[in-house]
Amino acid sequence: MAFKNKNDSGYSLKQLPCCSQLKYKLIIVFRQIWYTFLSFLHSLQLWHVALKKLSGRFGTGVLSYFLFLKMLLFFNVFLLFINIVFLVIPQSLCSQGSVHQFQGLELLTGAGSFTNTVMYYGYYSNSTLNENTKSSENRSLCIPYNMPLAYFFTIGISYFITCIILMYSMSRSFGESYRVDNPHGDLAMKVFCSWDFKVIKKASVKLQMENTSTQLKELLSELSRPSCSKSLCHRLMKMAVHTLAWTISLGSTFGCALAVHYFSAYMSKNLSKNVQQTTQIKEASLLALPVVVSAFNLLMPCLYNAVAWMEQYELPSMATYIAIFRNLLLKLFILGILCYHWLGTTVSGHNILKPLCWETFVGQELYRFLLMDFIFTILDTIFGEFVWRIFSQRVLGRQRKPVFDIARNVLELIYGQTLAWLGVLFSPLIPAMQIIKLVLLFYIKKTSLMMNCQSPSKPWRASQMMTIFITLLCFPSFLGSAVVVTYTIWSIRPSNVCGPFRSLNTIFESGKIWVRKLETENANLAWFTWIHKYMVENPFFLFFIAGILLIIIYFYAQFLDGQRRIISLLHEQIDNEGKDKKFLIGQLQDIYARKRPVFGKNGKDN
Amino acid sequence: MGSSASQLSKELLSEYQELTFLTKQEILLAHCRFKELLPKESRNTMDYRVPMEKILTMPELKSNPFRQRICYVFSTSEAKDGSLSFEDFLDFLSVFSDSATPEIKSHYAFRIFDFDDDGTLDRNDLVKLVNCLTGDAPETRLSQEEMNQLIGNILEESDIDKDGTVNLSEFQHVISRSPDFVSSFKIVL
Repeated sequence: MAFKNKNDSGYSLKQLPCCSQLKYKLIIVFRQIWYTFLSFLHSLQLWHVALKKLSGRFGTGVLSYFLFLKMLLFFNVFLLFINIVFLVIPQSLCSQGSVHQFQGLELLTGAGSFTNTVMYYGYYSNSTLNENTKSSENRSLCIPYNMPLAYFFTIGISYFITCIILMYSMSRSFGESYRVDNPHGDLAMKVFCSWDFKVIKKASVKLQMENTSTQLKELLSELSRPSCSKSLCHRLMKMAVHTLAWTISLGSTFGCALAVHYFSAYMSKNLSKNVQQTTQIKEASLLALPVVVSAFNLLMPCLYNAVAWMEQYELPSMATYIAIFRNLLLKLFILGILCYHWLGTTVSGHNILKPLCWETFVGQELYRFLLMDFIFTILDTIFGEFVWRIFSQRVLGRQRKPVFDIARNVLELIYGQTLAWLGVLFSPLIPAMQIIKLVLLFYIKKTSLMMNCQSPSKPWRASQMMTIFITLLCFPSFLGSAVVVTYTIWSIRPSNVCGPFRSLNTIFESGKIWVRKLETENANLAWFTWIHKYMVENPFFLFFIAGILLIIIYFYAQFLDGQRRIISLLHEQIDNEGKDKKFLIGQLQDIYARKRPVFGKNGKDN
Repeated sequence: MGSSASQLSKELLSEYQELTFLTKQEILLAHCRFKELLPKESRNTMDYRVPMEKILTMPELKSNPFRQRICYVFSTSEAKDGSLSFEDFLDFLSVFSDSATPEIKSHYAFRIFDFDDDGTLDRNDLVKLVNCLTGDAPETRLSQEEMNQLIGNILEESDIDKDGTVNLSEFQHVISRSPDFVSSFKIVL
C-alpha cells in the first residue's frame, strides 16, 4: 500500500482549473457517500460473531447453509413488511375486531380464535374501506382504501419483486461458479485453492490437513491406477444394483404420495361425518395429516441414504446429487398431491360439508404444516444429532462425531420456504411464522453443531452447491408456488361468504374491474387501459417477448461455445511458442558453441 | 503519517478507507486488536512495529500453517524479520477481506506460496507448499514417490510454457478456474 506523504504530493488542488476541481470534489463526495453506505450495510450484519465461530470450526461448507438461512430470512422480512404495511394495518385500523376466547390449541392448529383475525384471508373486507370519511370522529385517520385491489396488487407485486431478486441472485451466483471445462484435471487447483483460511480452531485445522492429505492421496492413486476395464459380469451387477436402488426409491416415493392422497381423503371424509365430536378433538385431528407428511419427510431420506450406501457410487459428488434429486422428488410429489387436494376437492366440494371459507381453511392447513415441519426438525436435531452422537461414542465407540448433512438440511429450508410462499395468498401473516421459525432454527442448529458434529470429511464445493441450491429455490420451489397461486387467482372461484373477493368469479376480475372503472371515470388514462387491453390481456405480446428471450439465450450459448474454442486455441499457441523458444535457444547455444573455438584460436594467435 | 494519539483521527480513518478494501468498522476493529498487541509503554505511538512472535499469538493466525509466510510477505521492515506496523496490518486485512478483488488475492497468494521469494514457484516451493497443506503428522505426510508424482502432475497441468516453474500468470490462470478460492482466502477479525 503506497502511502503518499501529504507534503510531497505531486498535485495540489489549487493548481487544477476550476471545473476539474468541481469534478474531483463531486467524485470525492460521492465516494464518501458510498463508503458510508457500505459501512451501514456492514453494521447491519446479523449474527456476525456466530457465523465467524461456525466458519472457524467447520469451514465454508457448513457456513453456506447458514448464509442460505440468512438469505431466506431477508426474503421473509421483506414479504412480511409489505403485507403489514399494505394489508394488515389498513384492515385492523379501519374495522372492529371481535374477541374470542383464547385456548392453548390455537397455537398448534391455527384455527379456533385465530380464524377471524388479520391472520387469514377470510377477515379482509371486500369493499373500499371508509369511502365516507365524514362518518365518525375516531375513523378520521382512515382514507378511502380499496381493499380487494390492495390485496390483489400487494400479493402480485411482492411475488414479482421476489422473482426478480431470485433471478438476479441466481444469475450472479451462476456467473461466479461457472467455469469452462478444463481437460487437464484439477490437481493443481486442489493444491493451490483448497486451503480454507477461515478455519482457526487447532483441532479443525488438523482435521483439514488430514482431509487434504486423504484427498490428494486418493486423487493420486486414481491417476496412477490404469482405468481398468471392468468385466461384463461386474458391469451387469452394477447395473442391477442401480436399477434395484432406483426402483426402491421411486417406488417408496410413489407409495408415500399415494398414502398422503388416501389419508387426506379419509381425513376430510372423517371431518364431515363425525359431527357429534367436540370441536376440540376435531381441531386436534386436523393435525394428523401434517404429522404424517412431516414424518415421511423425515424418514424417507434415511432410506435414501441407506440405498445410496448400498449403491456405492465412485464419485462422492454424484452420490450427493442423486440424494438431493431423490429427496426433491419426494417433496415435490407430496406437495403436488396436497395442492391438488386443497384446490381440487376442497373447492369443488366433494365433501358434503365443505368448509364455508375454503381460503382460510387452506391458510390454516399451511400454518399447521409449517409448524409441524418445525417441530419435526427440532426432533430430528435432537435425535439425529444429539442422541446419535452419544450412541456412536458410548455404544459403538467411534472417535469421530457425526457429520452435518448439509444437502438434506438445505432441502428442508427450501421445503419450508415453498410452504410459506404458497401460503402468502391465503394468510398474509405466514411470513411472520416463517421468520420466527428461521431465527429459532439458526440458534438450535448452531448449538447442536457445536455440541455434536464435526466438519465434513468429503470436499464440499461450496459455490457450485450454492448455485444449485439457489436454482432449486427458484425453479421447483418459487416457480411451483407462483404457478399454484396464479392458477388460484386466474381460475378458481373465491368463496362467497368471506374474503376480499366475495362477489367475483375469479380473483383476477378485481384487476379487470378496476381498469374498466378507470376507463369510464377518467378519460385521460385511456392510454393506460389501451396498454392493459393489448399488452397484458393479449397473449400474442407475451409469446413475442418469450421468443425474443429465447433468441438472446441462444446467442449467448453460441458465444460461450466460441469462447471455449478460442481458449483451447490459445493454449495450443502458448505451447507452440514455448517450443519455439526452446528451439531458438538451442540454435543460439549451437552457434555459440561453434563460434567459441574460433575466438579461442584468434585469442591465442593474438 | 504516524499519529501520536491512541485514537485514529477522522482524516486518517477516511484515508485508510480510500486506500484499502476495508470498511470503517473493520478499520476501527483492526485498530483495537492492534493496540492489544502493543506493549503498554508504546500504546500511544502508532509507528511501533510488532514483532512476528507477538503477531503469531493472534487466534486467527495461531494455527494457520502459512502464518510465518504471511508475516514475511506483508512486512515492510528493512530487517526482513516479519514485524508488522499498523499499516502493514491493515494491508494484510485488506487483502484477506470480503471486498478484495480476486486478482489482488491471487497475487498475494502467489507471494505467500513462494517460499524462496524468487518470483516463481519451482519444485522446492511446491514441495514446501504440499507439506504445509498436509501437516507434519507421519500418517498425513506424503511419501517421496507420491510427492514426486504430485509435483509432476501439478507442473504438467499448470506450467503452460514448460519452463519447469509456475509463474504469476500461470498461477492466476489456475486460480481463475476455481470459484471457491475467493471465499476460502478470507480472514475476518
